[in-house]
Amino acid sequence: MTTGTHGADAREHTSDWLWYAGVAIAAGIWWLIYGQLIPFSEWATGLFPVDRHSHTGEAIAFFIYDVPKVLLLLTGIVFVTGVLRSWFSPEKTRAILAGKRQIWGYPLAALLGVLTPFCSCSSVPLFIGFVSAGIPLGVTFSFLIAGPMVGPVGLGLLYGLVGWQIATVYLVFGFTIATVAGVVLGRMGLERYLQDWVRELNAGPLGDLPEERLTMVDRLKTGAEQVREIVGKVWIWVLIGIGLGAAIHGYVPEEMMLRIMGGEAWWSVPAAVVVGVPMYTNAAGVIPIVEALLGKGAALGTTLAFMMSVIALSLPEMIILKQVLTLRLIAIFITVVATGILATGFLFNFLL
Amino acid sequence: MKTVKVYGPGCKRCEATETMIKDAATKLGIEVDVTKVTDPREIAMAGVMSTPGVSVDGKLVHTGGLPDAAKLEGWLAS
Repeated sequence: MTTGTHGADAREHTSDWLWYAGVAIAAGIWWLIYGQLIPFSEWATGLFPVDRHSHTGEAIAFFIYDVPKVLLLLTGIVFVTGVLRSWFSPEKTRAILAGKRQIWGYPLAALLGVLTPFCSCSSVPLFIGFVSAGIPLGVTFSFLIAGPMVGPVGLGLLYGLVGWQIATVYLVFGFTIATVAGVVLGRMGLERYLQDWVRELNAGPLGDLPEERLTMVDRLKTGAEQVREIVGKVWIWVLIGIGLGAAIHGYVPEEMMLRIMGGEAWWSVPAAVVVGVPMYTNAAGVIPIVEALLGKGAALGTTLAFMMSVIALSLPEMIILKQVLTLRLIAIFITVVATGILATGFLFNFLL
Repeated sequence: MKTVKVYGPGCKRCEATETMIKDAATKLGIEVDVTKVTDPREIAMAGVMSTPGVSVDGKLVHTGGLPDAAKLEGWLAS
């Protein structure tokens, strides 16, 4: 090693060291603040000139407690996920799934759907890339359903706000729906309902880019970049969601909730799906609403159905996919996934 | 004169990538012709699966996420 490069190397090491220390310190601060949320929110609520146990007091306390909690959880989850996902890429996933026609291609695709970094704006090139590499349509669908459905943000917030039991139920059933819906769609032989140009397309070979060698610090940077991008984008949905959750928590009478979203009313599950599909928000916005609904005695099955249809079936996503799928195929896709969601909802309302 | 293409459906990152390329070209004093490719068919034909993708003089050099500024200058200079 020459002296010239040695100086640059030393500087690199200093900045590496700063990154490790920075992440460790940030994690420590995160932990300290997270532990103080209840005293903080009670103290801050006390500053408002309202009775703590009135409707307004309850709503304010919910809001003040949930905003920092959700933002902290979101930041932590997005960072950790960003770092973990830097080991995966759509290209690697495609190589793994190509030619997997056996039945376990479906759960594998669902798993990779959770681990592979991709934004909904790339779903069209990704879809074409998969299908043209000979990945069966059903396997591709398992991948595309699992991505949003069992996303780490939704799971992590569910764990933090509602509890591990329900987070686990959601994980297991979300994963099962993604897998089974893919199998069902695959069996239906839907290739003929792709848009004509997609069927005729022989996509060029993937650009044979040498794999980039990432250092641990590159991965940490990816995580930090993700935090800036995602938290910067979804915070408004988080505030709206918590606002709605606070209103439900403070003002909606329990007997009304039981009548509308209780387990007795069989129609509440399909109604939750019908309301959930056109609602466009992300997991971070919907979980505070879920928290409030469950707290007021809404049935678990109905609430799960609502949450799953909001997160997994979104109209903007369908409009993007319209470029590659015919309306008929989109309708079949929605029907199959919605059926899985309904079944989950009914099952839990029946069991509990 | 380099011909650079940015493949992507028009998301924020694709626009940011285009800006980065223009800035890098100005810095290096290289003339570039940057085209944005938004048609999904063309994106697929170029072999891009994660967007934004970048090609220089017909050769794909990058896919997925914002390119690294230093590497970008390397592609433009070579």
